[in-house]
Amino acid sequence: MAEQTTSGGHLSAVLSPEDEAGQQRFDAIIEQDSRIEPRDWMPEAYRKSLTRQMSQHAHSEIIGMQPEANWITRAPSLKRKSILIAKVQDEAGHGLYLYSSTETLGTDRDTLNDQLMSGRAKYSSIFNYPARTWADMGAIGWLVDGAAIANQVPLCRASYGPYGRAMVRICKEESFHQRQGFEILLELANGTEAQKKMAQDAIDRFYAPALMMFGPSDNDSPNSKQSMAWNVKRFSNDDLRQRFVGMIAEQVKVLGLTLPDPELRYDEETGQWIHMELDWDEFNRVIKGGGPCNSQRMARRREAHEEGAWVREAASAYARKQQMKEQVA
Amino acid sequence: MTMSNTSNNGSSAGWPLWEVFVRSSRGLSHVHAGSLHAPDAEMAVRNARDLYTRRNEGVSLWVVRSEDILTSDPDAKDAMFESPKGKDYRHATYYTKSEGVKHL
Repeated sequence: MAEQTTSGGHLSAVLSPEDEAGQQRFDAIIEQDSRIEPRDWMPEAYRKSLTRQMSQHAHSEIIGMQPEANWITRAPSLKRKSILIAKVQDEAGHGLYLYSSTETLGTDRDTLNDQLMSGRAKYSSIFNYPARTWADMGAIGWLVDGAAIANQVPLCRASYGPYGRAMVRICKEESFHQRQGFEILLELANGTEAQKKMAQDAIDRFYAPALMMFGPSDNDSPNSKQSMAWNVKRFSNDDLRQRFVGMIAEQVKVLGLTLPDPELRYDEETGQWIHMELDWDEFNRVIKGGGPCNSQRMARRREAHEEGAWVREAASAYARKQQMKEQVA
Repeated sequence: MTMSNTSNNGSSAGWPLWEVFVRSSRGLSHVHAGSLHAPDAEMAVRNARDLYTRRNEGVSLWVVRSEDILTSDPDAKDAMFESPKGKDYRHATYYTKSEGVKHL
């Protein structure tokens, strides 16, 4: 493949006539803001970038099951337990939608699994923070799923068809996640002094990590520009982040709690929400494996995979046996 | 037989990909929902139930092995779908002289 700068940019090396025609068709589709489908010609860099983004997204959903699964056995009521189980099951489902969408780009499932379990692939840094109290289930639902929704809604219009379609399905399901989280906090906030304190403590711990979920500032986000030129990304990290801050700044009032951000304010002139400076050193450290729970999350993922081996073997053996029976009959 | 499913320490490598179609309610056709891996058709239907109908999305499921689907060639789509072009007379909107005539 030839080197290329932007989707519509000029190509420096020699392209085969097929590639040249393909690039032209691709550029025209992007120009019209239409969708690219799996069997269309696409630039290698587009394929690679989407494979990375979509698989990281899938890995995040799969690892994201863990902080909440941790509380299933200790949920305060049967209703809460059922809700939590449904939510964790949704996360598994989201991971699977995204894995199968990623596969349409040409990387098979086992390679993707392997990339996660060998530690070569990244996933969202937020899941490397511990879920210490029941209130964390509320803060994760409200803030973490809330940030995820703010990020994901524009991805429903991503130029790659299978990604957009998976996101539509995911976004529909995520809204229940955020509401149930908010309700957990609301109940605690209206409970005893100790419960209220627990809710505030959870918000205090998850606020900054949730804001970091939008990724580094636009100036430090090397992939953002290209991703926007390809109509994968529709808004910049900073823009999505300040919009999200604006929403939760209002919602927190309903809870009667506060956000741990002394600098938080709405700037009338720019129409933007201003928030505190985030600790990007911490972000980079956590992404690279230095967070409080990285090794635990990875160990648990591997363990689940290994302990499930007999199920996969049994299913394969059964399928083989049935197939043999059919051949004999 | 060349099934390599079980050779790889419980790996699901080699499990075929299935396309899932969901009928959302009686009277509507099955619509493509997504895909999944499963060792056989029966498991594919079970997995499809868990994966694509967790919220009453359907009353019926179809699964079909992805490799059994024949697709028209995307590179040849211009030639493939060319014939309807320039044949506006196949649409009711082509006939304008009857405008204003009732029930037509």
